[in-house]
Amino acid sequence: AAGVGMTLMPGLAKASPEEVQKAIKEMIGDTTPQEGKVSLDLPEIAENGNTVPVGVSVDSPMTQDSYVKAVHLMADGNPSPEVITFKFTPQSGRAEASTRMRLAQTQNVVAFAEMSDGSVYRAAQPVKVTIGGCGG
Amino acid sequence: MASKPRVRAPKSASKGEVVEIKTLISHKMESGQRKDSDGNVIPRQIINHFEARFNGEPFFIAEIEPAVSANPYISFYHQPQESGEYEFVWNDDDGSTYSKKSKLTVEG
Repeated sequence: AAGVGMTLMPGLAKASPEEVQKAIKEMIGDTTPQEGKVSLDLPEIAENGNTVPVGVSVDSPMTQDSYVKAVHLMADGNPSPEVITFKFTPQSGRAEASTRMRLAQTQNVVAFAEMSDGSVYRAAQPVKVTIGGCGG
Repeated sequence: MASKPRVRAPKSASKGEVVEIKTLISHKMESGQRKDSDGNVIPRQIINHFEARFNGEPFFIAEIEPAVSANPYISFYHQPQESGEYEFVWNDDDGSTYSKKSKLTVEG
């Protein structure tokens, strides 16, 4: 069945810049993100866009007074930019998580980290995709 | 339909140690963006929410979108202060819930 889907992939449009901006606003509101603190662990080249490993970690204490509340992952060249949101607590011990995602084409993967004081940090990394993932 | 939720969580830890937990569930993660051979959209059906609880309290949550790959894998961390029981819960678009439990002994 996956093969059937793949042949139809060229019909999938990537999200427009407006759709990407809307997705970002839904993730972090009107807060202006700062650079730093966030690290992405991604391959530079993904041969199979159906399953691209992605890890994210944030350099932060994880105490009641200061911790990472959430990390949003976004892929700006997919038909729908949202990928996953990880929500952390001080009991998480470490603001780090990983998953596997679909990337429809070569694009940027962006992470936004929301801290408990309301500040937001951002990191982005391009990933070259050789064979696009279905229905990212 | 999902099946076989799998979890790799430690059975023991020292107090304050940060431990890694890895989870996987078998699920097609139908994105809702594919079409069948007749051109009809195949309806979306994904695992949309994952929650890790310790002694009943959620400490890690993932809100999942169709861009997450089939058989969703998620790894994350926990810093236990006491012995107890983990419960891992996956929610499907069709209303199904899948869960798995595992015990942890904290020493020292």
